[in-house]
Amino acid sequence: MIEIRFHGRGGQGAVTSAELMAQTAIGMGKFAQAFPSFGPERRGAPVTAFLRISETPIKLREKVYEPDVVVVLDATVMNVTKVDQGLKADGVLLVNSHHGVEALRRQYAFTQKMSVIDALGIALEVLKVPITNTVMLGAFAKVMGQATPDDVVEPFNHRFGPSLAPKNLEAFRRAYEAANLEGRA
Amino acid sequence: MSKRVGIEVSLAVAEAVKLADADVVAAYPITPQTHIVEHLSELVADGELDAAYIPVESEHSAMSSCIGSSAAGARTFTATSSQGLALMNEMIFIAPVLRTPVILAIANRALSAPINIWNDHSDIMSVRDAGWICLFAENGQEAVDMTLAAFRIGEDPQVSLPVSVNIDGFTLSHFIEPILLPDKAEVDRFLPPFKPVIKLDIAQPISVGLLAPPESYTEARKATDDALLASKAVVKKAFDEYEAVFGRRYQVVESYRVEDAETVIVAMGSIAETASIAIDEMREAGQKVGLVRLRLWRPFPAEELAAALSAAKNVAVIDRHMVLGVDNGPLGLEVKSLLYDAPNRPRVFNYVLGLGGRDVTRDDFRDIAARVSSSQGVQTRYEIVGVLA
Repeated sequence: MIEIRFHGRGGQGAVTSAELMAQTAIGMGKFAQAFPSFGPERRGAPVTAFLRISETPIKLREKVYEPDVVVVLDATVMNVTKVDQGLKADGVLLVNSHHGVEALRRQYAFTQKMSVIDALGIALEVLKVPITNTVMLGAFAKVMGQATPDDVVEPFNHRFGPSLAPKNLEAFRRAYEAANLEGRA
Repeated sequence: MSKRVGIEVSLAVAEAVKLADADVVAAYPITPQTHIVEHLSELVADGELDAAYIPVESEHSAMSSCIGSSAAGARTFTATSSQGLALMNEMIFIAPVLRTPVILAIANRALSAPINIWNDHSDIMSVRDAGWICLFAENGQEAVDMTLAAFRIGEDPQVSLPVSVNIDGFTLSHFIEPILLPDKAEVDRFLPPFKPVIKLDIAQPISVGLLAPPESYTEARKATDDALLASKAVVKKAFDEYEAVFGRRYQVVESYRVEDAETVIVAMGSIAETASIAIDEMREAGQKVGLVRLRLWRPFPAEELAAALSAAKNVAVIDRHMVLGVDNGPLGLEVKSLLYDAPNRPRVFNYVLGLGGRDVTRDDFRDIAARVSSSQGVQTRYEIVGVLA
């Protein structure tokens, strides 16, 4: 089982990210669980969402306290939230930023394996809106080997419908092709 | 064939109501409502469910509409939570005695004050004595299965009582997880059309809900209590039939690794899944700990629970509701009362935790097992766990 925590801001799709990845994994025959950090929703406020993916049924219903992967959809959240809290020493931190890995390590003292992608740039180019969820999912799927672009076609079609699904698939694919994992500091 | 989907549990419950062909859904759509009735309104609007959807102005009206619809012979469903259930309160007590088998999904949440929208069991516990059959789901699959079973149980001519399906708010209602959604043919095999014993009919006029003077009030209440107590046999039969059709086995009380267990944890709802993982981990460490879970809360499954606890030395009862003014939670009170006459009366500990959405973790169950084993010489204890100073 791998446990993932998503950080974003209300309206950017952190919750949707967890849901889409859960539905993708379930569609692939795996077991998965996605849930938001429950609270009154406020657009723009930091939000957290959780995801578990497993080859066997998942019975655990507590929050994720020691994630294997942390996905940061919005770089500004790192200034107000310790996003690597509880992240396992051999875990992976996946960040949307136009800065490089080393710059982020210097600023935030991250030590785990990292993957940094300019998801905002891809989102603005492909989707024309600053919503980074499907881009970050592409990076997550690649780096963690959890899904391929083919695996997300059905969940994306179901979620986004015929007008938005192709763009989001393209956004996913762009990140899937670009994402790289850097070793521990 | 069932279809395996990744779906939010609330939406899956709505799909179950669709599969059950509900005739009437009456609900108040604003907070503390869930996606259950939101999705039902979509299903009705899209023509996928041929039902009357009544968007009422309050939960009191929702339950009033449901009682009227059910009395007229309609298969009737609604859903609510916390303050919504509180606002239904007057009508909640009326449905059982009028013998209207309304099905109510409760996404269990805390009652105010202070204002809190998160999960615990204080809403259902405030109406535990109203006369409803109360089922508790542990996961999303059970939420679907218990919803279908609820129609079968409540509408049974021997029962004719309302049923609440308790689904932990957020911890179940807002989780996306894999669920097997049955197909219509399977559901039709399990769930016959609703044939009310008596119903409001302008061709054969009757009245329901009349005044009962001192000469008959006690008898009317007693008749309802008799029906509720007798419904346990129908619940068991419905679970047997559920297994025959869908292949999933349910019991009113379920035991997990209680063989040779010295300490048995008793719980209801979704925390039992997390508890079962904690028990696996404690068993691996050599601790003799087991779990007993109530799927049926009312009628209280006394014989089944007594049997499940018969070999335990220590019983740790978990309540997710704080009763103000007495040192017992509602489940703790029932278990103590049940075991007072037991031949080998175990020590009974009652712990209140997970109130107002405070996360319940494996550590909580390890902590409880440790508290029990360090309480040598103590026969009974009540604690509200984790209160910050």
